[in-house]
Amino acid sequence: MSTAPAEGHRAYLDHAATTPLRPEALEAMLPLLTDGFANPSGAHAESRRARIALDDARDLLAELLGAAPGEIVLTSGGTEADDLAINGGWEAVAAERPDGPPPAVVCTAMEHHAVLRACRSLAARTGAELREVPSGPDGLVDLVVLADACRPDVGLVSVMAVNNEIGTAQPLDEVARIVAEASPRAVLHTDAVQAIPWLDVVEAAGPAGLVSISGHKFGGPKGSGALVVRAGARVRPRIDGGGQERGRRSGTPNVAGAVGTAAALAVTVATRNETVARVTGLRDRLADGLLSSVPGAVETGDRSHRVAGILHLRLAGVESESVVVLLDEAGIAASAGAACSSGAVEPSHVLEAMGLDRREASSGLRFSLGVTTTGQDVDHALARVPGVVDRLRN
Amino acid sequence: MRSHGFPGSSTACETRPVRVLVAMSGGVDSSVAAALLVESHGADHVVGATLKLWGGDADSGCCSVADVDDARRVADQLDIVHHVFNFSADFDAHVVEPYVAGHVEGRTPNPCIECNRHLKFDRLLDRAAELGFDAVATGHHARTVRDDDGTWRLLRGADPAKDQSYVLSMLGQDQLSRTIFPVGSMTKTDVRVTAARLGLRTAAKPDSQDVCFIRSDAGRAGFLGDRVPLHPGRLVDHDSGADLGEVAAVELVTVGQRRGMGHGTDGRRRFVTAVDVPARRVTIGPPEASYASVLALHTVAWVDGAPGALSGGVLAALAQCSAHGVSVACNVRTADEGLVVTFAAPQRRVAPGQTVALYDSGRPDSVVGSGVVR
Repeated sequence: MSTAPAEGHRAYLDHAATTPLRPEALEAMLPLLTDGFANPSGAHAESRRARIALDDARDLLAELLGAAPGEIVLTSGGTEADDLAINGGWEAVAAERPDGPPPAVVCTAMEHHAVLRACRSLAARTGAELREVPSGPDGLVDLVVLADACRPDVGLVSVMAVNNEIGTAQPLDEVARIVAEASPRAVLHTDAVQAIPWLDVVEAAGPAGLVSISGHKFGGPKGSGALVVRAGARVRPRIDGGGQERGRRSGTPNVAGAVGTAAALAVTVATRNETVARVTGLRDRLADGLLSSVPGAVETGDRSHRVAGILHLRLAGVESESVVVLLDEAGIAASAGAACSSGAVEPSHVLEAMGLDRREASSGLRFSLGVTTTGQDVDHALARVPGVVDRLRN
Repeated sequence: MRSHGFPGSSTACETRPVRVLVAMSGGVDSSVAAALLVESHGADHVVGATLKLWGGDADSGCCSVADVDDARRVADQLDIVHHVFNFSADFDAHVVEPYVAGHVEGRTPNPCIECNRHLKFDRLLDRAAELGFDAVATGHHARTVRDDDGTWRLLRGADPAKDQSYVLSMLGQDQLSRTIFPVGSMTKTDVRVTAARLGLRTAAKPDSQDVCFIRSDAGRAGFLGDRVPLHPGRLVDHDSGADLGEVAAVELVTVGQRRGMGHGTDGRRRFVTAVDVPARRVTIGPPEASYASVLALHTVAWVDGAPGALSGGVLAALAQCSAHGVSVACNVRTADEGLVVTFAAPQRRVAPGQTVALYDSGRPDSVVGSGVVR
């Protein structure tokens, strides 16, 4: 067993928020940030060098994501990929019947805000009907309600691959079957941002026509992501300009970002099985330890459907905002769930989507583990968390 | 008597709290409050917190992202940890909803006072205690002192033009014993000079005005109109009961209001003397009708318990009926689970829902307590 953590040890247990850069990604990026700085769109040797790096990165991403290179649209991250999918994907469907009513939109109520708010603004802007589908207590989308929402008038369905707060992997195969049968016009989008480190995304996101990923969730740099637009799916551009990314996303490509993201994805995929096995062991030890040492702690959702890296607990009678502050002082970086831009903690819409009340939705605590998490980190959390919760209850 | 209002002063040493949570709104007063605490306590013993109170649109006050940014950057400059606490649900429940409900019932609540009562000096104090802080500091212009017998007093701020003791007049011993007002002994000019000397980015930031959750372009009418139906009503003469015309929205009219009420046949201005929302009726009268000698208060709070003079008798006090009003002599007695205030000379009517702060007649800068007008 591991030894007790040293004084001053900090356990970073917020990998679902962001991950440290993989050394492989940093190494791959550095030449593009120095000598290889050129704009890949030029007609000279410097540009050709950058173009080769970009094309290599795109090929690698495509291979690892089970797509063709032309199906990869590089973006500034997961939020932009979601925005392009929701708005651009919906507009492409709507354009097929320009005189018809605006196609309806279906998404789960537990989507990341990047999807949820994009769907809500789209509905407000276009008059399209938005159907938000709740989840069950197991943290999985309610397929009965989803089936009811998926009618022939639907143009876009968005169901995340893995929930970012509670870590449950959603039944995308069944979702895809429902959509194909009941909403033949609809394009299926999945936000796979949290799936990459833990699931075989070729398989997990396979049924979706549009797939969002974000580099910094798996050891790549921030500011780099992609939307996979599979054959048969189309998107209208959200950013017009020089026509980069085959006209689907203008703007000088972030070459170093794409290269770093591809390198991080390569090492993530190559080592996934061992990472998942190791992190599952750490997560289960943390979960079982806290569930037995913290009275009243409840694990959210069904662990059998949860990816390896995430543990979500609800701590009756304490506010997660306070827990996070005291854990920080105790050397543990954890998260209360969704944080808004000001840094304040919002009651979790994910927990509310599962039918929990506002009070319960404010008592959530997420520990998210990753490649760099050690047994010492888990020991540290097991040693400190019970005391913090106990202190808040007295 | 030992001073406690300014923890930088040497006399505060014995009672100096070990760890202080300073509420930082992003304004100059709380920025300087934090800076003074860092000087007196050391950066390791001070943590800044900005309260996210209002989830809707706002253009000023404690709630906008720009103000949170200012608070955070001042905290960064002072090298102290800074948190944002989301108290918006409590703010809705204790400040915004009662504000709206009050207008529907013809009352005019003071949201700053209810925010202090329920958020800054209740919710935040609890949060601070829970997180292991010994005291909360704010940038209010008021002072606390501790008498030799251990009793805490709440005194007016040193700058008469900026004194905020009125909006703190609901505080009691428990709260005062855990509260620090670092800038209460300073004038506003001192505060700005200090901020400039320390190079704080908020040094020249204008003071916040108005109600923080109401956008200036929408105003109170827009804010209330978005939330509740507003009803036209009749204007009625105070003396004769005669119908004088229509008013656009009774919910937006406040007792004591002069604006929009015009002049009487005598050529003198008219004032609102009563608002009856259910009856859709606003009563107006000449200047003398806008005065009253007696006020009834509920939600009474005392700085140090009910004064002994009240038990079976009358308390002589000074009453202040608005944030920057003058205080006037009055007698106070208990009645109907509240207080009745009788002024020595008739005073402008105070709208129901507004707060009256009571000060010590022998020590006019010292708050005795407060109540809300029935």
